[in-house]
Amino acid sequence: MRTLRAAILIACVLAAWQALFAFAGASALTSPRDTIAYAAELLSSPGFYPHLIETAQAFAVALAIAISCGILIGFTLGLYRFAADVGEPVLVALYSIPKITLYPIVLLAFGIGMPAKIAFGAIHGIMPIAIFALGAARNLNPVYLKAARVMRLPPSRIAARVLLPAAIPEIFTGIRIGFSLTLIGTLLGEMFASQRGIGHLLIQAIGLHNVRMIMALTLLLVVVAVTASALLLAVDRRLRRHMFGAP
Amino acid sequence: MSEVHVALRGVTRVFPATAAQREVRALGPIDLDLMRGEFFVVVGPSGCGKSTLLEIIAGLNRPTEGAVTLEGNPVAGEVPEGIGVVFQEDASFPWLTVTDNIAFGLRQTALDKAEIATRVDHALRLMGLTDFAAAYPVQLSGGMRQRVCLARTLVQRPRVILLDEPFGALDQQTRFLMGDELLRLWRDSGATVMLITHSLDEAGMLADRIGVMSARPGRMLEIIETRWGEERGSRVVATPRFGEITARLWQLLRDESQRAMAGA
Repeated sequence: MRTLRAAILIACVLAAWQALFAFAGASALTSPRDTIAYAAELLSSPGFYPHLIETAQAFAVALAIAISCGILIGFTLGLYRFAADVGEPVLVALYSIPKITLYPIVLLAFGIGMPAKIAFGAIHGIMPIAIFALGAARNLNPVYLKAARVMRLPPSRIAARVLLPAAIPEIFTGIRIGFSLTLIGTLLGEMFASQRGIGHLLIQAIGLHNVRMIMALTLLLVVVAVTASALLLAVDRRLRRHMFGAP
Repeated sequence: MSEVHVALRGVTRVFPATAAQREVRALGPIDLDLMRGEFFVVVGPSGCGKSTLLEIIAGLNRPTEGAVTLEGNPVAGEVPEGIGVVFQEDASFPWLTVTDNIAFGLRQTALDKAEIATRVDHALRLMGLTDFAAAYPVQLSGGMRQRVCLARTLVQRPRVILLDEPFGALDQQTRFLMGDELLRLWRDSGATVMLITHSLDEAGMLADRIGVMSARPGRMLEIIETRWGEERGSRVVATPRFGEITARLWQLLRDESQRAMAGA
């Protein structure tokens, strides 16, 4: 049933794409068939891989930073009332400003290259993860903490063995959202002042009006993001069913 | 049963004023001795500070004044070794299986794996949970989850077991059965037990002594000796002595409960 629905959805997207192609013409976009063919060609050309690896590396590091810092910030704010009173409005304000406005500062701070991309990816991903971790820590059932204290666990173990596992489903939701934002951030970081990476290829193709390249890269990014999102959602559902018996 | 196991001297608890409410005198002063190996039950009107009393004895909460000693050593805001607590709310960890829940506390100690496995198996059998060893709490009924919590406490072999209305959320039949089971565990373990309950029946059929608390700030109004021997539990509910005990409890609590209701 679920596979059928997914197939219908994909068919609709392809049909709409084809229709748009018929309407707008080859100067604006390429047809689904051409795009898929060119994407396959890109994937089989050795010149493409350094860019792919560059982006994958930047993204992986950025995501790791976003997850660890996000959880740390979220837990700190969730557990200490004073920190939350001060930090939460700041967090929400940071979440709502367009991160692109910070880009010049990031560039000046980290210089051109890998560190700037990573930093820009990470600042996109940290916020949602921190906000979900904060919610999880704040909503932690107090009886779990009491039970852990009665079993004489030191605070560090309580954080690792009780707070973290109890918060996993909510953190995972944060990671699911943080994942796509980190990817966006990393690509944005590559689009300016960068020599390599998918984002760099994209902005170069835009400059050269290379529609095939733009479309093929977009398709590849969509496939990666949708697949990752679906996987994370499946894990998310599993965790929730496991712990809360949610359907 | 002559040795003092847990002693409370002049214990009070005052919750300081906050922006939302004035200072609340929640408890005391209370003087109380729990004797080694006895089954002590605390009853009292809602909001009289029973749970606060338990938390202070467990070291989860500090008294504002007064002191608690366990086996002669002061309990000061930290849970001492040798105390086990079962809470009213379901405290089983939903991310762990029944077995891992029960072993949780033991795995934080230096105990070797074989010993942990032996103790956990024993607890699973004792609590009738063997068939559910690999299940997650979400798959169990409320009564069984409470048994998981009880098992998790028992495997640590506490010398003092504090129970805060552990069967409060269960239906009457299950409560009676759990009461009988609790008696069996108490006899087998030889631990000192303090049970908080709002059920006068439960108090009457389980306790050696019943401490009746006043409305807030909770003090000990009277301590009733049940004089049960081995024969107690749900078997004694039809005896005249049981009737006498619960009648006396109600006599003491009626006025206090009315006061508590008027104050609430």
